[in-house]
Amino acid sequence: MTDLSYTSPRSGSRTANILLRWVLYIMLGLFALFYLMPLFVMVITSFKSLDEIRTGDLISLPREVTFDAWRTAWSGACTGIQCEGVRPFFWNSVLIAIPAVLISTLIGALNGYVVAQWRFKGANLFFALMLFGCFIPFQVVLLPMARMLGLMGMAGTIPGLIFVHVIYGLGFTTLFFRNYYVSIPSELTKAAKVDGAGFFRIFWSIFLPLSLPIIVVTVIWQFTQIWNDFLFGVSFSQAGTQPVTVALNNIVNSTTGVKAYNVDMAAAIIAALPTLFVYVVAGKYFVRGLTAGSVKG
Amino acid sequence: MTMKFLGAVSGMAIVASTAAFADGHASPEAEVLHYWTSGGEAKSVAVLQEEFAANGGTWTDMPVAGGGGDAAGTALRARVLAGNAPTAAQIKGPAIQEWYEEGVLADISAVAEANNWSKILPEAIAGHMQCEGTWCAAPVNVHRVDWIWANAEVLSANGIDMPTTWDEFNAAATKLQAAGVIPLAHGGQAWQDATVFEAVALGILGSDGFRKAFVELDMDTLKSDDMVAVFDQMRTMRGYVDENFSGRDWNLATAMVMNGEAAFQIMGDWAKGEFMAAGKVPGEDFLCLSTPGEGFLYNVDSFAMFAVDGDDKQAGQALLAELVVGESFQEVFNLNKGSIPVRTDVALDNFDSCAVLSADDMAASNEGGSLLPSYAHGMALRGAQAGAITDTVTAHFNSDMSSADAVQMLADAIANSM
Amino acid sequence: MTKWLEEHMPKLVLAPSFIVVLIFVYGFIAWTAWVSLTRSRLLPRYEIDGLIQYDRLFASPRWDTAFTNLFVFGFLFIVIAMILGLILAILLDQNIRTEGAIRTIYLYPMALSMIVTGTAWKWILNPGLGLEATVRGWGFEDFTFNWLVDPDMAIYTVVIAAIWQSSGFVMALFLAGLRSVDQEIIKAAQVDGIPTWRVYTAIIIPAMAPIFLSAFIVLSHLAIKSFDLVIALTGGGPGYATDLPATYMYTMAFSRGDIGQAASSAMIMMMVVFTIVVPYLYSELRTKDD
Repeated sequence: MTDLSYTSPRSGSRTANILLRWVLYIMLGLFALFYLMPLFVMVITSFKSLDEIRTGDLISLPREVTFDAWRTAWSGACTGIQCEGVRPFFWNSVLIAIPAVLISTLIGALNGYVVAQWRFKGANLFFALMLFGCFIPFQVVLLPMARMLGLMGMAGTIPGLIFVHVIYGLGFTTLFFRNYYVSIPSELTKAAKVDGAGFFRIFWSIFLPLSLPIIVVTVIWQFTQIWNDFLFGVSFSQAGTQPVTVALNNIVNSTTGVKAYNVDMAAAIIAALPTLFVYVVAGKYFVRGLTAGSVKG
Repeated sequence: MTMKFLGAVSGMAIVASTAAFADGHASPEAEVLHYWTSGGEAKSVAVLQEEFAANGGTWTDMPVAGGGGDAAGTALRARVLAGNAPTAAQIKGPAIQEWYEEGVLADISAVAEANNWSKILPEAIAGHMQCEGTWCAAPVNVHRVDWIWANAEVLSANGIDMPTTWDEFNAAATKLQAAGVIPLAHGGQAWQDATVFEAVALGILGSDGFRKAFVELDMDTLKSDDMVAVFDQMRTMRGYVDENFSGRDWNLATAMVMNGEAAFQIMGDWAKGEFMAAGKVPGEDFLCLSTPGEGFLYNVDSFAMFAVDGDDKQAGQALLAELVVGESFQEVFNLNKGSIPVRTDVALDNFDSCAVLSADDMAASNEGGSLLPSYAHGMALRGAQAGAITDTVTAHFNSDMSSADAVQMLADAIANSM
Repeated sequence: MTKWLEEHMPKLVLAPSFIVVLIFVYGFIAWTAWVSLTRSRLLPRYEIDGLIQYDRLFASPRWDTAFTNLFVFGFLFIVIAMILGLILAILLDQNIRTEGAIRTIYLYPMALSMIVTGTAWKWILNPGLGLEATVRGWGFEDFTFNWLVDPDMAIYTVVIAAIWQSSGFVMALFLAGLRSVDQEIIKAAQVDGIPTWRVYTAIIIPAMAPIFLSAFIVLSHLAIKSFDLVIALTGGGPGYATDLPATYMYTMAFSRGDIGQAASSAMIMMMVVFTIVVPYLYSELRTKDD
């Protein structure tokens, strides 16, 4: 890292540096407050009772901490006639997200490998076409995709949702892997070819072992996008296959019913726990993965 | 050897199939798409599910909340396009006829005729449930939209009676402002702006004018001086709401009336549910009256039946339709939901005073021809036109646009939405 | 046979993705273009009717607002998120003791969907319930922060919430970039006595040019797709002051039963995307071949 604290003989005094350090930490702290504030509001609200929310203000800590809202959110909130909270839907999201993440990552890796290392006419064009696909707003594809899924007999099923998420994740996964593999010298591939290794052999024994950082980046990105998706989840599922985002929406967004803000917040946090967990645990690898050349142009 | 085998197999097949045919009952099943997901609403739907189950049916729940049915509409479109339509969906107003035009609705005339729907439903409402002569949807309830709710104590403390004209309302509001009370509790969401607008419009245009403007989209009425007057009154109303009204949820506005911060709220009868959930008594703690003007604006929830294959599903639709308009469901559901039965022959002994008032008004306006569909709640116009009007109303309410400009914008928007 | 397979393996591997993208991205864009030329209402129809949907689109004041908002929001969001991300990355690059924890704090908002945080932000920005009320409660009676309910200023609240969500990710990108700049050059510059701030402006930031482009792509992708954020925070209001093309398209298609109109707005959006992305792709792929 750039060592700003390196003082060349001609620059300022020690006190100036200590002062700078203090300013630095204060600024970092202020920004941390900015980022934490909404989460803080959500958490304390989820521990208040409805009366306290109605009469109290936003930032005050709960006078009386209750876990009722959490219990309700997990297993008692009404998402329709069923009043079982978000628990039943959690598993659906898992069934959708994990295969979709794995498949799209694998295909993206292979695509990136080809585009980066096996130059042939049209490889760049292919890459450009894939990249443009990252930008298509999902509302545009909803209706034609519904028709296609119906034709393929996958409407309303978990495999159908996995299919949709894989397709629209390919652009980004290919981008990440291609940018990463581009910085691996092509001599490696050439040498391996000379040694008689084939296409898949080279991928398996050379590229894959080097790919851990970018795999982490891709998995984190894809998991977040897929787990948090609502639009595809609501349009292509039916009773029994709805993901947790649909359940959350049903709890939070009733039109003419009474709103239980504490339950809403608790449900929202529960729904977000897997992605939060992934970010907290794998965050360190995230930056490492980005550092390891994935973002270099 | 093979012949004997074949013979045995075909023999068994015949036996098996006659066995299946012998049991002629299809067991009714229905997958129902709806957007009633919160506590009170969900309880109301649960009533239907229980009756359905008690009659041997299997109910598969497909709830999608939000936006007054937007997200549900999205899911519905996707499923219909995928060839996987639900058995029944919560659709209301002209949307029913729009879906019928796409050729995807089923015909439940058999049930309707067997249960005498044309006799027991008010004429205007029955019209919504029919598609080119056949019955295609079952009505659940009647919500009245043009109610004005008030905090009884605030009113008596300031010597105000419930207003019966808009001028009286304005006078009362000025008095309340002087006394430091917010005259009108309002939530600044587009549909709420539209609700207030149509209540005002009904009062100023009269029921014929309302029908010409918002059902027939008659340009002369839409551009008339009366319409300018409607926007003038909306501008006046804008002065009676508090600063933080924008984006507020409707139930928070109701809370303002309940705790005396505000005096009036113009909202449909689901507001009553809020008051009663907080233990307030109609007539004592809170007052209800129709907004100034002659007429009754209704919002009827209904289930439209989709064309699906399979005896089970079709039996499910028939059973669902029959139960929905059945007497016991009508009473129990509407008691839970705060609306009134759409069936005119249900005894209202268990209903509160506001509901009884509503039912009486409905009967009277049905006879007088002033039973009108609410445009703000999707009963009078198709989505595109209703949306165009709401865009104009909400733009006017949230800016300082002149009434003349607003009327012009209204006419243009409607023309553009056709 | 195996020789042929071996030779063409790269193309064969790409083929499934290629076909899939062709159908499900470009095929669907073509479908949308087709529908934008019809009078589709509730469900798609396929008889071409000319450019009426585009006429209607450009005559709609709501579309004007949505389209203008895209550029206001897009520009502010991308520029401020990049600057903020860069500043945070530089700050975090200074040998901070609790770097891991702070980095996680800056990064986590990306993990949450806007349905989750929209309500919290709506409260914080609401004058009667949130920041304004709290600060006034602390004694600053004149403090006002009512952007959320002001039709002219509401779009800026959307910018704030969007920056909150994404700037941490941009910071991670830049941090990675900062750390991959060649240390030798920096050391040499510092030994020469060049002040640190100049080391940044003259050496480090220019070396990160490719990362700026990557950040730009990620941010513009988020800006264009901004939908959950607007719906959760303002619902498009006050009035329709915070409408964006993505929410306009959704409303037309799914609440107004006006799919033809939705398709035409989608096509205009795609054209905007095209004009932004194509130059980037061109420059990116051109340097690759060098």
